[in-house]
Amino acid sequence: MNYFVDEKGYYGDFGGAYIPEMLYPNVEELRQQYQAIIDDEQFQQEFKALLKDYVGRPSPLYLAKRLSDKYGANIFLKREDLNHTGAHKINNTIGQILLAEKLGKKRIIAETGAGQHGVATATVCALRGLECVVYMGEVDIKRQAPNVARMKMLGAKVVAATSGSKTLKDATNEAMRDWIANPVDTHYIIGSVVGPHPYPDMVAQFQSIISFETKKQLQEQTGKSLPDYVLACVGGGSNAMGMFYHFIADESVKLIAVEAAGKGVDSGFSAATTTLGKEGVLHGSRSILMQTPDGQVVEPHSVSAGLDYPGIGPQHAHLFKTGRGLYASITDDEALQAGLLLTQYEGIIPAIESAHALAYLEKMQFKAGDNVVVCLSGRGDKDMETYMKYFNL
Amino acid sequence: MNRLQQLFQQQQRDLLSIYYTAGYPNLNDTLDIAEELEKAGADFLEVGFPYSDPVADGPIIQASSKQALDNGMTLPILFEQLKDLRQRVNIPILLMGYVNVVLQYGVEAFCQKCQEVGVDGCIIPDLPMYEYEELYQSTFEKYGLSNIFLVTPQTSEERIRKIDRLSNAFIYLVSSSATTGSNLAVSESATAYFKRIADMNLKSPVVIGFGISNKETYQAASQYASGAIIGSAFVKNIDANNLKGSIKEFMGQFK
Ligand SMILES: Cc1ncc(COP(=O)(O)O)c(C=O)c1O
Repeated sequence: MNYFVDEKGYYGDFGGAYIPEMLYPNVEELRQQYQAIIDDEQFQQEFKALLKDYVGRPSPLYLAKRLSDKYGANIFLKREDLNHTGAHKINNTIGQILLAEKLGKKRIIAETGAGQHGVATATVCALRGLECVVYMGEVDIKRQAPNVARMKMLGAKVVAATSGSKTLKDATNEAMRDWIANPVDTHYIIGSVVGPHPYPDMVAQFQSIISFETKKQLQEQTGKSLPDYVLACVGGGSNAMGMFYHFIADESVKLIAVEAAGKGVDSGFSAATTTLGKEGVLHGSRSILMQTPDGQVVEPHSVSAGLDYPGIGPQHAHLFKTGRGLYASITDDEALQAGLLLTQYEGIIPAIESAHALAYLEKMQFKAGDNVVVCLSGRGDKDMETYMKYFNL
Repeated sequence: MNRLQQLFQQQQRDLLSIYYTAGYPNLNDTLDIAEELEKAGADFLEVGFPYSDPVADGPIIQASSKQALDNGMTLPILFEQLKDLRQRVNIPILLMGYVNVVLQYGVEAFCQKCQEVGVDGCIIPDLPMYEYEELYQSTFEKYGLSNIFLVTPQTSEERIRKIDRLSNAFIYLVSSSATTGSNLAVSESATAYFKRIADMNLKSPVVIGFGISNKETYQAASQYASGAIIGSAFVKNIDANNLKGSIKEFMGQFK
């Protein structure tokens, strides 16, 4: 079974590039060039140097002792929360900004929900001196004021998406419309493993550093490079794909992807895409998405803005459909409790997104000695207001 | 041969086509608008079926699509409304919308319904050429539907030639790098682009759309093509309280 992209841009039944002709030249330029650019030795040197000296990689693989005792297995945390800007998102934006420079682009656009990807994009634009425009739903701008301020301080222009439901999917639509209007000088940095081919593959490659390092670190710490389980949360699915990437071919490693159930999968306020969604096309690729019987995209809900997306990347849809990955979901309440638990057991306040992956540990049965890696995709600073309200802090 | 292909066989100049969103301003206006547009001189029509995330559209068609969805428009309802289409309207009709809505309805069921009610073709901007050829073309042809492809200022000559080969009615020339509704500036670069396409001597007739808003831009575009398509400007002008009057008045300027 091939779990990676084929030469047509598909992962089994999923993927492709469902884009209007106006975007074809931009996406085609990327498709033709991305692999050669990424494989170029000088590119790799620059990419790795920035990940090391600017982002602070490799991120630690930390054996969480008290958590391990609680669950009866060796629980390792891959500490993406310790990256510069506080999440895994920067791995991708560093890669894409270098790629945009190689393509000769002068202007960068991005979409953002919670603002994490927007901040990571604004950061690399400041680093390289490129113009940056970030689209963000009007509703999210109000919910995520500190990240809006960060982006502005970094020199980005934050544009409110006022169409549709005024959240992440609409910000993505607006970014695509901007790209239609600026086809020559602009690169669109998509923030997850979604969008038309080659984006899902390109973003997965940039995030694959997560599992690349994990394998080495496991070898050093356990004497075995393969764990029994890897877990990660899934919004669009970029931290999960980064965490899975170098383990996909080893079928002995169980891949567990955790979606946001919101207030419960049957509550009408959920973002559990694989449970609630059907196959369809959104934002340029064929995947699984939450939609009405008539094919209108349904607005998702999650307490964590980063998981509040009605689709998943096409490679995830493929891992799900083939059974290679297990796709589960965790409610808002379960995630917040898991966030508190990690804080009190290990002294680490996780992003609520990452807390979804942690919460799933409660539902698993381990054998003594099982090695389990959880991707701690981000830190909880941005979520303090939510934690404060929920726990009356 | 469908009505669209017949039309282009008879007339190669000064065609005027109008786009509007089905279900806007009111759910059941679809056929009334079509009838009124035919009376007022439109040569063929594009009836939009709404989608929640229309990335190729600007603010006006985004808003009409949202209103149509809020009014309850769906593809099954649209086909129900179109049952009487050919008792009331003679000019060619295209359906225009996004691929996910068609996928959920089922491609074959969609094409079959189109044929049944008398729709002549489709414009599905986010249906890629590769997928069309591999998966859709034979079904479209089986039901006599013309698929209309878009060409933009950035489309390469090689790709335009391929689109020309795949087209059996006309090619939709997008006037500039923009979403729908941006005003066409009849600039030197726009006319150079129109001329470049005209000089390619394509087998398919070309119709220009996006940003055509009035008689002036319509005439400017028509010099270089078989005609032009007006969308946002028409939709913006529709007055829910004076549907027929507002259509007549808008169309009057092209007489
Ligand atoms: C910390 C963190 N984790 C996870 C996500 C979800 O994104 P993805 O599914 O692409 O990893 C986000 C998105 O903003 C995030 O900020």
